[in-house]
Amino acid sequence: MSKTDIIIHDEKDNVGVVVIDKITPNQDCSCWVMENDKTVNIQSINEIQLGHKIAMVDLSEGDTILKYGHDIGKVVKAIKKGEHVHVHNVKTKKW
Amino acid sequence: MEIPKSFLGYKRENNRAGTRNHVIILPVDDISNACAEAVANNIKGTIALPHSYGRLQFGADLELHFRTMIGTGSNPNVAAVIVIGIEPKWTKKIVDGIAKTGKPVEGFHIERTGDIGTVMKASKKAQEFVMWASEKQREECPLSDLWISVKCGESDTTSGLAANPTVGNLMDKLEPLGVHLCFGETSELTGAETVCAKRGATPEASEKFMKTWNSYNDFILKEATDDLSESQPTAGNIAGGLTTIEEKAFGNFQKIGSCKFIDVLEPAEEPTKGKGLYFMDTSSAAAECVTLQAAAGFNIHLFPTGQGNIVGNPIEPVIKLTANPLTVKGMGEHIDCDVSKILTREMNMSQAGDELIKSTIKVANGRLTCAEALGHKEFVMTKLYRSA
Repeated sequence: MSKTDIIIHDEKDNVGVVVIDKITPNQDCSCWVMENDKTVNIQSINEIQLGHKIAMVDLSEGDTILKYGHDIGKVVKAIKKGEHVHVHNVKTKKW
Repeated sequence: MEIPKSFLGYKRENNRAGTRNHVIILPVDDISNACAEAVANNIKGTIALPHSYGRLQFGADLELHFRTMIGTGSNPNVAAVIVIGIEPKWTKKIVDGIAKTGKPVEGFHIERTGDIGTVMKASKKAQEFVMWASEKQREECPLSDLWISVKCGESDTTSGLAANPTVGNLMDKLEPLGVHLCFGETSELTGAETVCAKRGATPEASEKFMKTWNSYNDFILKEATDDLSESQPTAGNIAGGLTTIEEKAFGNFQKIGSCKFIDVLEPAEEPTKGKGLYFMDTSSAAAECVTLQAAAGFNIHLFPTGQGNIVGNPIEPVIKLTANPLTVKGMGEHIDCDVSKILTREMNMSQAGDELIKSTIKVANGRLTCAEALGHKEFVMTKLYRSA
C-alpha cells in the first residue's frame, strides 16, 4: 500500500483532506477514497497543511462543496483543481 | 476482539452503578459557594461543585436549575451529597429530589446561622459521609450498567475522518449489549439536521428532534449579530481545516455510528425508555454539555477532539481521544486514547473502536482519565435566560 497523502470520505465528494504534515506546491499526491477503497491521484497547486482540504475538480462561484457525500457549503470564489479550499473561497449556506 | 461482559463499579441503592465514588458538596446558589468550598477543604476526599447561578431564576430556567442540581446529586458516580443553600426551601427541594435514589443526603441553609456555623455542621456530616463511602468496594457490574455520553470539541477535519467515527464504531458494538448512550450539541448538527432527523428510531423521535433543532435555530437567528463566524466554526476549528458549520455537523454526526435514537431529551433530563441511544438538547459548549449529560445520569463520557479540548467534569470521567498526530505530540498529557494511526492507515476503524472500548473499561474500573489527573472539574450550569 502506497503512502496516503489525502483521504476522501465519499465517492461523490469534490474535496479531499490532507492527512500528512503538509503537501507542497506541484506535489503528486495519492488520495484514498474511504467509501469504495479506491485510490486516485492529484497534483497540488498550493502548500496545504494537515487537516485542510484540496479541490479534486475545478469549481466555479456558486458551486456546492460535497464532503461525506453531503452539501457542506457554497463556492464564493472560483477554485482550481489542486487548490486549497477553505474560508477564503467557501462559505456556509446557513446562518 | 471479545468485548468484556462486565466492569468493576460501585452498586448504588437504586440499582444503578457508578464508575466513581464521590462525596460531593453541592451549593444550591452562587452565594453558597464559599461555604461549600470551606467544607470540602475541611473534609478530605470530598469535592465542592461551585457554580454561578441559583438566585431569582424562574420558569423553565429555574426548572432546569433544579433538574441539574438534583440530577448531579443523583448520578451513580456520587455516593453521598451535602447540599448547602442560602434559604431552606430550595435547599430542601434539592435534598428531597436526591433522596429518592436512597443515597445519603443532607441539606444545610446559611440564613440565621452564617457561614461559620453552617461550615461546622456540614463538615461534621460530610466527614461521616466520606468515611462511610470509603468503605464501599467495587463489584462486578454488567456492561449494561454503563451509561455513556459523548460530545466532541475543538474539532478539526481529523475528528470527522477518524476520532468521531471511532466513537461511532464503539456505539455500534456496545449498543446491542444494552448500554445507554447519549449525544447532544443541537447547534452543531446544523447542516446535517435533516440527515440526523432520519436517524430517529420512530417517526415521533424524528419529529421531536426537528422541533428541538428548529427551536434552537430560530433562537440563534434571532440573537445572531453576524454570521456567527467567530463562534461556529470556532477559530480553533478553522485552524484545523474546518470551513463551515455544515462540514462540522457532518463530522460531529459520525459519533453515533449507525445507531438510531429512541428519544429526544430535555437538557439534563434522565432517559426513561430503557437501553439505547438518546439525543439531548444541549449547547455545543463542552463543559455545559457534559454537565447536562452527567445530570441526566450518564456515568462515563467519551470526548473526541481534533485540536485538543481539555475539558473535564467533577463527577463523570471524561475520556479524550484524538486522531490528530500534532495534538498527540503537542499535548499528549490530555489524550487517553490515540487513534492517529487511522490517518496513516496503520489502524482501521474497527481496531480503533476496540482500543476505545478497552480505554472505556479501564476508566470504568477506576483508572484515572487525563482530565481527572490534571484536575479538570468543570461544572457549568446551562442558563436559559436572564433572572428576574
